[in-house]
Amino acid sequence: MIKETLNARRLLCPLPVIRTQDKVKQLNVGDQLEVICTDPGVMQDIPAWCRINGHTVLETKSGNYEYIVTLEVGA
Amino acid sequence: MKKQRKAVALISGGLDSMLAAKTIMEQGIHVEGINFFTGFCVEGHTHAIREKDKARPNRNNALWVAEQLGIKLHIVDVIEEYKKVLINPKHGYGAHMNPCLDCKIFMVNKAKQWIVENDFDFIITGEVIGQRPMSQTKSKMPIVAKQSGADDLLLRPMCAKNLPATLPEIEGWVDREKLHDITGRSRKPQFEMAKRMGIDDYSQPAGGCCFLTDKYYSAKLVDLWQSQGSKEYELDDIMLLKVGRHIRPKANFKLIIAREEGEGRFLQGYKKDFISMHCSSHTGPLALIDGTISAEDLYFAASIVARYGQGRNAEQVDINVIDKDGSERTIQVKPLKEEEIHKEWHV
Ligand code: SF4
Repeated sequence: MIKETLNARRLLCPLPVIRTQDKVKQLNVGDQLEVICTDPGVMQDIPAWCRINGHTVLETKSGNYEYIVTLEVGA
Repeated sequence: MKKQRKAVALISGGLDSMLAAKTIMEQGIHVEGINFFTGFCVEGHTHAIREKDKARPNRNNALWVAEQLGIKLHIVDVIEEYKKVLINPKHGYGAHMNPCLDCKIFMVNKAKQWIVENDFDFIITGEVIGQRPMSQTKSKMPIVAKQSGADDLLLRPMCAKNLPATLPEIEGWVDREKLHDITGRSRKPQFEMAKRMGIDDYSQPAGGCCFLTDKYYSAKLVDLWQSQGSKEYELDDIMLLKVGRHIRPKANFKLIIAREEGEGRFLQGYKKDFISMHCSSHTGPLALIDGTISAEDLYFAASIVARYGQGRNAEQVDINVIDKDGSERTIQVKPLKEEEIHKEWHV
């Protein structure tokens, strides 16, 4: 299992979702990805994207105008 | 065993593409969604930036539709490729800077490439004959199918009965009888269909889902192109057109002035790319200067920016000017009066 971080700061939705989608394609089942964003929209969009594509959101957190979603890649 | 047929549905986030996908899913076809991000999609963007829009559901409608339908959604970044569609549309623009017909051809073509790469059988869209004046007339439908290269692999379930049969119908993958024959601008048939299908929550964006159909946005885009003498653009350029008050008092520069805190925060991210200024003696918005500006113009710009802050009625205010390299200085100016801000400066 590897854990990677994706810097999606300054990108507006849906770009953080697109970058997440592209990054997840390079990962394997069980890998984790932490996505760091500045658009609060990701707090809805990345979990929605995970739900429809079979990935699991492990944590969402925010502070100091940053929004961080950590997910685990599903099958 | 009968082969499981697969279709990709162009999902815009609106009701029609949702109904089209559902119609085909009900016939036992495996459907996945595809959504193209051109850079001009209304999704999220200004909602995320502007406080006043916070009350609206801050959701991506395409993702939401896919979730309601229970299908996968592939969002494709076409920002770069879309430039040639917008800059030089073979079929011209619509009422504003929307090159709808070329855009449709482009998207269906991309979907065609996608089905070949992903071993899908056909493409569906939510198009309805006569719904849009430019791209959805009966005469335009074959143009999209032909010029996109999708030909008879493009099925429009909402109006299929009024169009020649496509391969999925001819081959019996879908039952043509169960497709629809909607035409015209009335939305009633769609609302009734939604009700029948048990869909009661859907988005109906008032201004559509694309900034290019917006009069004010289009004017800003034209201004950008005119000012730089070419139709080129980068993603940041078109993003900035969605944010703030744009004022061009002289041909050589434009001010982008935040209208509220959320926009100010967003514009902060561009301080390395533009000279920026804000009032330091009173509360006031952040402004970016787009263009090349002389020392004299700088004072002029500052007096305009001062107009939009709390010090607008003061004799003199301090304006903090920050260069791209971060060096700062403060200049004193008298805010322009309301009547001195010419209407035609507003882009
Ligand atoms: S409204 Fe925008 S996205 Fe839709 S077809 Fe026209 S140009 Fe393309």
